[in-house]
Amino acid sequence: MSQKYDAIIIGGGHNGLICAAYLAKVGRKVLVLEKRHVLGGAAVSEELHPGFTFSVASYVVSLFRPHIIRELNLAKHGYEVIPMDCSFLPLPNGDSLARWADPSRSRREIARFSKKDSEVYPEFSKVMTHMGKLAKTVIDYPAPDISSLHPKELKALFRLGKTFKDLGPDLLHLNTKLITMSALDFLDLWFESEVLKAPMSVSGIIGTFQGVRSPGTAYVLLHHYMGQLDGAFRSWGFSKGGTGGISMACANAAKSFGAEIRTEASVDQVLVKNGTAQGVILENGDELTAKTVISNLDPNRTYLKMVGENHLEDDVLKEINRYKLRGSSGKVNLALDRVPEFSCRPGVGEHLKGDVAIAPSIDYLEKAFDQAKYGEFSTRPYINAVIPSLTDPSVAPPGKHILSCFVQYAPYHIKEGAENWPKHRDAFGDTVVDTMAEYIPGLKDMILYKQVLTPWDLEQQMGLTEGNIFQGELTLEQLLFQRPLAGYAKYKTSINKLWMCGSGTHPGGGIMGAGGELCAKSMLESRAV
Amino acid sequence: MPIKTPFFPRTSELCDSMQWKEWAGYYAASSYGIPHDAEYFAFRNAAGLLDVTPLFKYKVTGPDAAKYLSRIMVRNIEKLKVGRVTYCCWCTEDGKVVDDGTVMRRDENEFFVTSADPCFSWFSRFLRGYKVELEDISEKVAGLALQGPTSRDILKQICDAPMDELAFFGLTKAKAEGFEMYISRTGYTGDLGFELWVENEHALKLWDSLMSAGKNYDIRPAGIAALDMVRVEAGLILKDVDYYNALHCLIEDRMSSPYEISLGWTVNLDRDPFNGQTALKAEKERGSSWCIVGLDINWPEIEKLYNKHGLPPEIGSSAWRDSIPIYTDSSKETQIGYATSGTWSPILKKNIALATIEKKYEKYGSNVQIEMTVEHKRHTVSAEICKPQFFNPERKTSTPNNQKS
Repeated sequence: MSQKYDAIIIGGGHNGLICAAYLAKVGRKVLVLEKRHVLGGAAVSEELHPGFTFSVASYVVSLFRPHIIRELNLAKHGYEVIPMDCSFLPLPNGDSLARWADPSRSRREIARFSKKDSEVYPEFSKVMTHMGKLAKTVIDYPAPDISSLHPKELKALFRLGKTFKDLGPDLLHLNTKLITMSALDFLDLWFESEVLKAPMSVSGIIGTFQGVRSPGTAYVLLHHYMGQLDGAFRSWGFSKGGTGGISMACANAAKSFGAEIRTEASVDQVLVKNGTAQGVILENGDELTAKTVISNLDPNRTYLKMVGENHLEDDVLKEINRYKLRGSSGKVNLALDRVPEFSCRPGVGEHLKGDVAIAPSIDYLEKAFDQAKYGEFSTRPYINAVIPSLTDPSVAPPGKHILSCFVQYAPYHIKEGAENWPKHRDAFGDTVVDTMAEYIPGLKDMILYKQVLTPWDLEQQMGLTEGNIFQGELTLEQLLFQRPLAGYAKYKTSINKLWMCGSGTHPGGGIMGAGGELCAKSMLESRAV
Repeated sequence: MPIKTPFFPRTSELCDSMQWKEWAGYYAASSYGIPHDAEYFAFRNAAGLLDVTPLFKYKVTGPDAAKYLSRIMVRNIEKLKVGRVTYCCWCTEDGKVVDDGTVMRRDENEFFVTSADPCFSWFSRFLRGYKVELEDISEKVAGLALQGPTSRDILKQICDAPMDELAFFGLTKAKAEGFEMYISRTGYTGDLGFELWVENEHALKLWDSLMSAGKNYDIRPAGIAALDMVRVEAGLILKDVDYYNALHCLIEDRMSSPYEISLGWTVNLDRDPFNGQTALKAEKERGSSWCIVGLDINWPEIEKLYNKHGLPPEIGSSAWRDSIPIYTDSSKETQIGYATSGTWSPILKKNIALATIEKKYEKYGSNVQIEMTVEHKRHTVSAEICKPQFFNPERKTSTPNNQKS
């Protein structure tokens, strides 16, 4: 039987679209099915209030693989990222710290809190550059399987080993620390000032159900440094038109190569016969067949909902049930009638054009985590806020602005049960606005529109199981050749001809595009499609 | 965003060219006029006045101050006498240079240290166990370099210090009208010259009194562009141009030992332990791999090259800071190093450069080939290896009252 499609991709997130583009580029017939009316998955822009375009979920970009931009010609298709110049930390005592792209300016700012730290900063960056170099060789290739003796796997392992060896003993020891330590302990190796360490340490907990003192969180810090290696000094940036702009560029590229993309086409399940994927069944009952099926969904949804327990072997079922999602964050998006000014640094300065961290102390962050451990959202959470409309005028009407707040901790598993989140949504939104209002006088009077996304909402709306923004925690036991499952990494699944390309595969979350790219390349290399 | 030094109200008014550079986070006038030749000649012929506030400045006090500084510097600071200054560098445990600067002994237990990079954190790491206090006074103290043949005469007009007795690398406290300052007979021009250190609040008084007294001695504010030329003539190396701070180097190849950057003479090896001692002893024994040399680039060959294209020689009026390959011969088969900075020397009528080359090729008087691009084509011209010091006038070190340094 000849099939119409070489591959059907479930989910039109950026990884699914990139995967489609790579396959279509070499002549494969590809169909992308997105259940929502908009493409992008978590990298999505939506006009929720007239004139205001929100990056609803994922809001900044750094790690997007530059070779994907080149190979798919994404710049031509509308990819545009505007770098951020500043990281701003307002403090409750009326002081503040801004870290700038200008190293001397940063040094002077940090020196107000610790002269030593201000000078150690370049040394820290140097070490992280080395570590990032290592991480880059990891994320740009499928993770080698350490249990295999296949020459190809051994070669990949050897390449990885050489990269480690080239670090030299000092950096190698440090790398071990980076993998095992907590974000805070790792920063303690360099810095003394809490005002510096607190906002730096949060890079280690974003999207994770861990605190800054939890072992293993240092590794996630590294993700924030890797983007710098790609030829962009100021690596974190705003996508023009919101993060959906990136997804649209990927979709346009895929279409230009001949891929077919359907929205409002919700897949009910993968059609599996004799352990082999044959196509998909849509919610409306339509059956579409294809030579292969690729899931851009998270591992939990892929295995348990799309495939179903009946088709899974016991050990796979056991492992997938153990896969940690446990979302820990929410999002509050505000449309404002003016620029939100901070009382500790009044005026509409450059300090508002980067990201703003509400992370005044280590104890503040750790207390925020304490509440989450016992099933409550933090009454004073860590917030990472951005005002993209100060950099990208296309997202809000003139003079009006967007304040987008990433909020942690908002545990999916609240003690009343996750399904009771809707009852707490308003209180959660109020907590975030109250917290921000402590730094931004008059904030409440500026609000024209408010969108509150709890982890429950992220699951219901975006299909992120348990609201995990990375499709599974970025903790070491769920990375590399164990992402998502040991034995079923490398974009394959336990079902024949069913592949995976989302953030739940190596190398993990963030707008990277690597999952989509590496899945497509792995399939082509093994002639699966 | 750079900030302004205490002299900015004056320098900004005088900087007609509107050409500024960022220097250690401060605005620094690149040149006051266009071109900057007059500023160069002020240094060599009269007096140039340069704002050196962006240097980092530290005060080290306490009974163990000399011992502590000896521990971190390659030079034995315990031997430095009160009222004297020394130039040296400081190294990592691996004997790689972190930075260079001057150490001034103001009193038995009080030192003043200047550096190019912020070094408070680095210096702090070795404080333990010493009865010493380290204070970063970079933002409290302003500095001016008054350099050139008439600099001494100008200073005599404005202060009470016995300028005719102040020897090369001497230091004195001085009283002027309404303020006090320290004067060190140091500088970055290789000429007769002084550096003046005052509290920020007196900065403008110092500037005004110098400019007013200097009128009869052809004083002129000078910028970094002119300084760049004279420092190459003097063979004085520059961090981030001729070498890099080892703490910031991503790879070891970019690091240098004092021996490799012509600062071997500042190292006092045989004494109590100091940072980098073991590594430096080993390197001394083994021999260094690299060295900095001077290059006197053959002018007739340059003329000939340009002539081929029907042009007169076109050599820029500014010093340059690019990495230019050095070869053994014109086949370009063996690269033995690279020039890091150079300039046309108006006073010597020579085209000169500072270069890092493999130590085995360091033979003064021998010839190498340096790359030169003429009309978009890369050629080589020969250059003679020489001591990295092209200009060294007697007035730099001589003292009228004959107290030689």
